[in-house]
Amino acid sequence: MVPAARAIIVVPAWNEQLTVGETVREIRAATPDLPVLVVSDGSTDRTAHVAREAGALVLELPFNLGVGGAMRAGFRYAVKHGYDAAVQVDADGQHDPTEVPLLLAKLSEYDLVIGARFSDRDDAYKVRGPRKWAMVVLSKVLSRITKAKLTDATSGFKATGGRALPVFAEHYPVEYLGDTVESLVIAARAGCRVTQVPAHMRPRRGGTPSHRPIKSMIYLFRAFFALMLALIRRWDIAPAAEQQYAKQIKEGV
Amino acid sequence: MTSTYLVALVGSVLILAGIVELLRRRQLGEKYAVLWLVVGILLLIFTAFPGILTSMAAGLGVAVPTNLMFFVGIVFLVGTVLHLSWEVSRLENETRKLAEDLAILQLEVGQMQERQKNVSE
Repeated sequence: MVPAARAIIVVPAWNEQLTVGETVREIRAATPDLPVLVVSDGSTDRTAHVAREAGALVLELPFNLGVGGAMRAGFRYAVKHGYDAAVQVDADGQHDPTEVPLLLAKLSEYDLVIGARFSDRDDAYKVRGPRKWAMVVLSKVLSRITKAKLTDATSGFKATGGRALPVFAEHYPVEYLGDTVESLVIAARAGCRVTQVPAHMRPRRGGTPSHRPIKSMIYLFRAFFALMLALIRRWDIAPAAEQQYAKQIKEGV
Repeated sequence: MTSTYLVALVGSVLILAGIVELLRRRQLGEKYAVLWLVVGILLLIFTAFPGILTSMAAGLGVAVPTNLMFFVGIVFLVGTVLHLSWEVSRLENETRKLAEDLAILQLEVGQMQERQKNVSE
């Protein structure tokens, strides 16, 4: 087996002072040799402070850039500091950090590994109604584009490595849902190999996913719009340019 | 079919194609994409079937159909300008914050270098 890549864990957090400390401690307990980078996405509470106390590196964005923007900051940091892989773990405790090594193990063969719910393992995380339909159809379409069998394309629990990391460091989408839908399209267009591993989603520590019908319908509409947009957009990512870019940000140009 | 009708139709199609092309080249964000796509499609519909505007004007009690078009157009433009002003204000605020953060960082880096020099001496 190829030795494990040098990896960093990226935790995007926006006003998560209640949960981020516990999440960081849990990650550090599960993977003691991986650094944890919390990207405080323009938080107005004590998120950055709590994360630092818990032993994480903290990027403080001066204003809110959205999950995509926060993750791109994380990817850029990872490339600039010579990491080979970045694993996204959400601050709300939904993702189980003990499963991070499962994702990383697959990175020797793939560029992007998604920790997916709705896999064979039963879990406590239930999604219903239009939101569920959207997720199912999105997964079907994205499976076809990435030529991988994906059951949960909208999962945030992802390990990015190999070819995908420098591509994402420059092109990670910052728009609504872009970090899940469009990012997979970009990965596929850049020739990245995508796969998924079953992951166990836990109920969030704070708040619950919305099941209000109107909100779900808006989600459905926006999800398909995001998908359509991702499909018609041009992504001419030349492999050479992508390598050069990685070198550039490493050298700090 | 008159030539003005054809010119208007070709113009609308070109505008819609232009919007789609801007989207494709990623020159237009998702936020504005919906807005301009709807405008482009409505424009095309009203040019292709001018009868819709006439019957809508009649239904709303507007005597001259073009007046309805001008009214809706002006309201839309005022809304767009207002939104853009709001966006510019937001962007200005963000640049201000970036400049402030940069100045703070410069001071902090300077202080750190100073301290390092003192230690190494």
